[in-house]
Amino acid sequence: MADLHYLTVDEAGALLKRREISAVELTRAVLDRIAAVDGRVGAYVTVTEALALEQAAAADARIAAGEGGPLTGVPVCVKDLICTAGVRTTCSSRMLESFVPPYDAHVVERLREAGAVIVGKSNMDEFAMGSSTENSAFFPTHNPWDLERVPGGSSGGSAAATAAGECLVALGSDTGGSIRQPAALCGVVGVKPTYGRVSRYGLVAFASSLDQIGPFGRSVRDAALVLDAISGQDGRDATSAPLAVPGFAAALPAAGAASLRGLRVGVPREYLPDDLDPAVRAAVMKAIEQVADLGATVDFDLSLPSTAAALAVYYVLAPSEASTNLARYDGVKYGYSYTEGASMWENMEATRQHGFGDEVKRRIMLGTYALSTGYYDAYYLKAQKVRTLIRREFDAAFQKYDVLLTPVTPTAAFRLGEKVDDPYAMYLSDIFTLPVNIAGLPGASVPCGFVTVDGKELPVGLQVLAKPFDEATMLRVAHAYEQATAWHGRRPPL
Amino acid sequence: MALTRAEVLHVAKLARVGLTEADVAKFQDQLSQILDHFDVLSRLDTEGVPPTTHTLPLENVMAADEPRPSLPQDAVLANAPLAQEGHLRVRAVLEE
Repeated sequence: MADLHYLTVDEAGALLKRREISAVELTRAVLDRIAAVDGRVGAYVTVTEALALEQAAAADARIAAGEGGPLTGVPVCVKDLICTAGVRTTCSSRMLESFVPPYDAHVVERLREAGAVIVGKSNMDEFAMGSSTENSAFFPTHNPWDLERVPGGSSGGSAAATAAGECLVALGSDTGGSIRQPAALCGVVGVKPTYGRVSRYGLVAFASSLDQIGPFGRSVRDAALVLDAISGQDGRDATSAPLAVPGFAAALPAAGAASLRGLRVGVPREYLPDDLDPAVRAAVMKAIEQVADLGATVDFDLSLPSTAAALAVYYVLAPSEASTNLARYDGVKYGYSYTEGASMWENMEATRQHGFGDEVKRRIMLGTYALSTGYYDAYYLKAQKVRTLIRREFDAAFQKYDVLLTPVTPTAAFRLGEKVDDPYAMYLSDIFTLPVNIAGLPGASVPCGFVTVDGKELPVGLQVLAKPFDEATMLRVAHAYEQATAWHGRRPPL
Repeated sequence: MALTRAEVLHVAKLARVGLTEADVAKFQDQLSQILDHFDVLSRLDTEGVPPTTHTLPLENVMAADEPRPSLPQDAVLANAPLAQEGHLRVRAVLEE
């Protein structure tokens, strides 16, 4: 039998259903894998071994009663900014290091209802602010393909855990690329659903007009099965859309049946700039050719001119929203609290000084500045207007095309420490993913090849974008491409 | 655009992030560099373009006005740094 920790969800489901393995054995195998490799990878902040084994035993009982679904007994990793009742949820911050939520996030409730087994909480950039997971207050996560390199971020722990077999599937969150970018750098599939597709109830808020929860998997189908479980309206998040959810996984064609005949693909030229890493460009261009070989019509004559302003729009809007969302960390209700000061104000300031890391402080200050008297119109309001332009350009493109294809990142994984002292250089690694959050579109990252750097093979991702709430088409294209290639079957040399 | 030291201190006070002396210099530098890249916004024509606050075609989402259970007091206070007699305890807000 293949390594249990590298099973697909369907393979695991078939073995569980035939009682060839139990959910407890599968969970044990994943926990053993974590014990074997996580000292080097650093994907997990908290491993919930005892709870996981309890959930696995409950899953076995459901399966024995013939009541299991596709995720029953499947070991899942959850990013540590998604609330889990009774299990600490740290956001990889000193501020929440010992915070134990009194309730489950909506997506965690859904996973529990589906019978999934939560094996632990994954490391991330503090409060999801970063692109390398180096902003974790605890420790950096290492890329399973080259331990000297970053896994991307902010959901770097979830991406690395998925790539390293430390879970079968995972949940992350994506505000500017935080699912797709680490998925690309770790060689797994990552899906950011349309803004409004998944309830954020119980997600620790970063930038509320941009945040969205989504899945990681080692195949498009695995990610789609998780998306099926977590999608749909929830009255506790007013931004969750009152729309029916199609069965995403069920709509994917069986192996060998994938054709993209009649599909219209656009490739925006702003996403293939002259300074794009040549090896990344080559991998992405080859992938686009393969999509054409599957029957799609590909058009390179597409321009989205406002793309050049997306980084500025994002770094006005996201920090502005963060500066208000993070005002709640005052040392009074929960979280770290400094109490030795001479006054209430002194305590609050010291709480935030010691509780937040540099990147969080930088963004809170940037947002506070952009919202302050005299700058609101020039920065915040202006950025919201340019946001409209960006969305309109995408809307016009989707009149002509069913999906857009782009690189996910301008380079493969960079070295640990390479960009920590240069915030702006770090921000640039999300240049191809940020516009998607600004416009509220769904986006997927699917493995599309490798580049060799310093003798190590590093994964590259292809980004598939579709119009709002058309995840079905996005996943169909990603799946057809994946099934025509072998990239998703490669495993890191751990 | 370059931020002055006074502006950094003012924003730090508004945001209550408690900067050290070394932080002030570092953030003045880094934030100025980031703000430089925002100039691209002022060069775009947005005459007559409405702002987008979020991307969903939703307005005024109403919840049913029905009572439902809330968390018990001890669960809410379990994470509180200081609690007393069912309340969150803080230092005096108004000083003499």
